[in-house]
Amino acid sequence: MSFYGVELGSRLLLGTARYPSPAVLAEAIKASEAEVVTVSLRRESGSERAGQSFWSLVRALGVRVLPNTAGCHSVKEAVTTAHMARELFDTTWIKLEVIGESDTLQPDVFGLVEAARILSEDGFEVFPYTTEDLVVADRLVEAGCRVLMPWGAPIGSARGLNNVYGLKSLRAHFPDIPLVVDAGLGVPSHAAAAMEMGYDAVLLNTAVAEAGDPVAMARAFALAVEAGRTAFLAQPLEPRDMAAPSTPVIGKAALGD
Amino acid sequence: MRIFLNDEVREVDAGTLAAALDAMGFGGRKIATAINGRFVAATARPGTKLTEGDRIEVVAPMQGG
Repeated sequence: MSFYGVELGSRLLLGTARYPSPAVLAEAIKASEAEVVTVSLRRESGSERAGQSFWSLVRALGVRVLPNTAGCHSVKEAVTTAHMARELFDTTWIKLEVIGESDTLQPDVFGLVEAARILSEDGFEVFPYTTEDLVVADRLVEAGCRVLMPWGAPIGSARGLNNVYGLKSLRAHFPDIPLVVDAGLGVPSHAAAAMEMGYDAVLLNTAVAEAGDPVAMARAFALAVEAGRTAFLAQPLEPRDMAAPSTPVIGKAALGD
Repeated sequence: MRIFLNDEVREVDAGTLAAALDAMGFGGRKIATAINGRFVAATARPGTKLTEGDRIEVVAPMQGG
């Protein structure tokens, strides 16, 4: 699997927020075997050092970073944040979020397409956090996106895949674009279901960070992603309406009256 | 001169963004900057003159999802 020409071994992308401690974060990343972690940027005063120590921790783990524009509600904010992230993290990758609705954190897809176009033309490699809407996805690809990241469910909601039909349609319409289910996953079976559908990867954060044992949950998600991908390649059965006996009936002993 | 650093009022005796950042304790730090909502690259900070009332944003790496 590759994103913008970068080959990756792991299909699990992990967020770095909300862990009980930096040590647990580091152990969870190791247990997940993720090669890409999402990061962000926030205000810091001259006397604070939190950002600097966090950056040292991430660098020591040797993982690739995908900075986000979390919390941005306008195109201007998102574009400026992306420029700051590119310099700060020395990467052209950007997870583009333009939030349109505060209760669901649903993407503002109109602003998203506009920001994606501006950033793509400026040399960014954009990972848009979007919905499963096919028309929006088309516009994002036209704008220059070579990865799409539809939500499974609202960020942090742990509801899993809210619109399986929509996600399947998106996969069918974009067979050659890497698709990542981003946000809303709660348990490893949600991740496995996305992978069984043929999604290329999943991105999650809260489901691991706020689990009772984040390190064990990171490992569980890694196994689920691998299981789901292996199942997809093995071509799963389609559901049927009627039963089909699994045990052959030919040669069955005649024991009835 | 009076400027705003991340929405807090500050008095600085510096003509450029680079000098102001040094004076406010950001020297050598991994940060990114903007003035009045516009990104200012690190290489442009020494040549970026400050004016009264400028709103400076300074951000650093942070955990994110």
